[in-house]
Amino acid sequence: MSQLQSALESGRFAVTAEMAPPKGCDFSEQIRVADLLKDKVHGVNVTDMQSACLKASSLGLCIHLKQAGAEPILQITGRDRSRMAILADVLSAASFGIDTVLALTGDHPVVGDCKDSKPVYDLDSVGILQMLSDMERTGCDCGGNPLDGGAPALFKGASVTPVYDPLPLQINKLRQKVEAGARYIQTQGVFDRESLCRFLEEVDRAGISVPIMAGIIPLKSAGMARFMNENVPGIAVPEEMIARLDAAAAEGREKGVKGLPAQLGIEMAAEFIARIKEEKICAGVHIMAIGAERNVPAILEKAGVTI
Amino acid sequence: MIITEKKPAEELLAMLSGVRKVALVGCGNCAAACQTGGEKEVAEMKQFLEERGFEVVGTVLPDECCHKMLVKRDLRALKDSGAEAVVGLACGDGVQTVADNIQLPVYPANNTVFLGQVERVGIFHEYCRMCGDCVLGETGGICPVTRCAKSLVNGPCGGQKNGKCEVCPDNDCAWILIYNRLQATGQAEKLGRTRRTKGYSGAYYPKHVNLREGKKA
Repeated sequence: MSQLQSALESGRFAVTAEMAPPKGCDFSEQIRVADLLKDKVHGVNVTDMQSACLKASSLGLCIHLKQAGAEPILQITGRDRSRMAILADVLSAASFGIDTVLALTGDHPVVGDCKDSKPVYDLDSVGILQMLSDMERTGCDCGGNPLDGGAPALFKGASVTPVYDPLPLQINKLRQKVEAGARYIQTQGVFDRESLCRFLEEVDRAGISVPIMAGIIPLKSAGMARFMNENVPGIAVPEEMIARLDAAAAEGREKGVKGLPAQLGIEMAAEFIARIKEEKICAGVHIMAIGAERNVPAILEKAGVTI
Repeated sequence: MIITEKKPAEELLAMLSGVRKVALVGCGNCAAACQTGGEKEVAEMKQFLEERGFEVVGTVLPDECCHKMLVKRDLRALKDSGAEAVVGLACGDGVQTVADNIQLPVYPANNTVFLGQVERVGIFHEYCRMCGDCVLGETGGICPVTRCAKSLVNGPCGGQKNGKCEVCPDNDCAWILIYNRLQATGQAEKLGRTRRTKGYSGAYYPKHVNLREGKKA
């Protein structure tokens, strides 16, 4: 059983950090950073070519991390692999003791950096979860053929976008994900208590029961926040936070100090995490540091969160 | 209707390199409606090729270029025409039907782009990808396989902004259209009943349909 599953099932505040494989074949930086995260997070959630930009595979980094003693979570999108290829990867992962997965539909190749790549989408997130659940239940593959030695037991998760209009569509898909076997949910980056709570209330109202981990993106600058608001669906950084980042940049210019906005971003993320934990708003947090994973231990320390 | 677009002229001319005498075959149905292979376009192609030194030795305009018997009959007009090659101003199916019925190189003048709805003359929209396993009964008569850029059958991804698709912001998010249609037609409960694992075993190709099987020919 993975640390994430154990934390969520025992009701402890769960913490995961996202990490991307390298765009290349040198994994040493990722392995070093994972070492910094050891005993700080319940799992390192390894992306599957996020934003449809080519990277080494999620499975490859997960194997490296597992062998280095970390707790990897395998992200799987339906963008590049048919149901056969997905199942083949999950079986391979299981053979390395990687049993915690996150099923996603995946960004379309045209928004990424290899635009001519053929989109697959044989299965969407719900379809992937259902296929894996069926495999666990029946011991058979996606064609109904028995697997030698039976199926591995998995801990499966999915994602959700809390800031979405019309929200009933997201709630409905969340329900389908849970019915298809998702046992934990992580959200798209969310920045304020109100947006998160409004969403969680809708989930409650719909009678959906599943641990939800709030997605936390530490902001690096006002520019980054504005860019995401403009370009990333489901992201809504409040204007008040952007103004604070702007003020930090101005203060830095005045004093000749670099990095104040990023520092503030770390503090804001830490404050939000602390509040989520103290007020028991949800089951945990999933930190998406987008290349700044080295900052995750500092964020957790400021938030007063230990595992 | 099968929607076609004209290929760039240079591409066609490159295919015709070394050819002097050509015959043209249009299509009186879809390609005519798409303004890629009707009477007018065949006449324009004739003029275009003649201006570039080709001799157009015959033109044929079957009512439907995908109809084998019809094409076979109409192509008799090109017998003894002396054509060295044929230019097909039809869809990919029509061009192949021509090629099946004449012992000459056949070159396409068009690209075949989709199966489309005709909104009005000259305006076409892709509505069906012919997946072989229709889900329209569950999706308010709006096809997610075709009108969602990811062909998602269980609801939207997170990638819409203001109801528009992240893949092509000119397109509406199919799942928001489906949601609105299901609400408007009293079928909202169907949102939760969509397919988890739509299969694609019906999407193999080439496919055939034979309504005469088991009957006397």
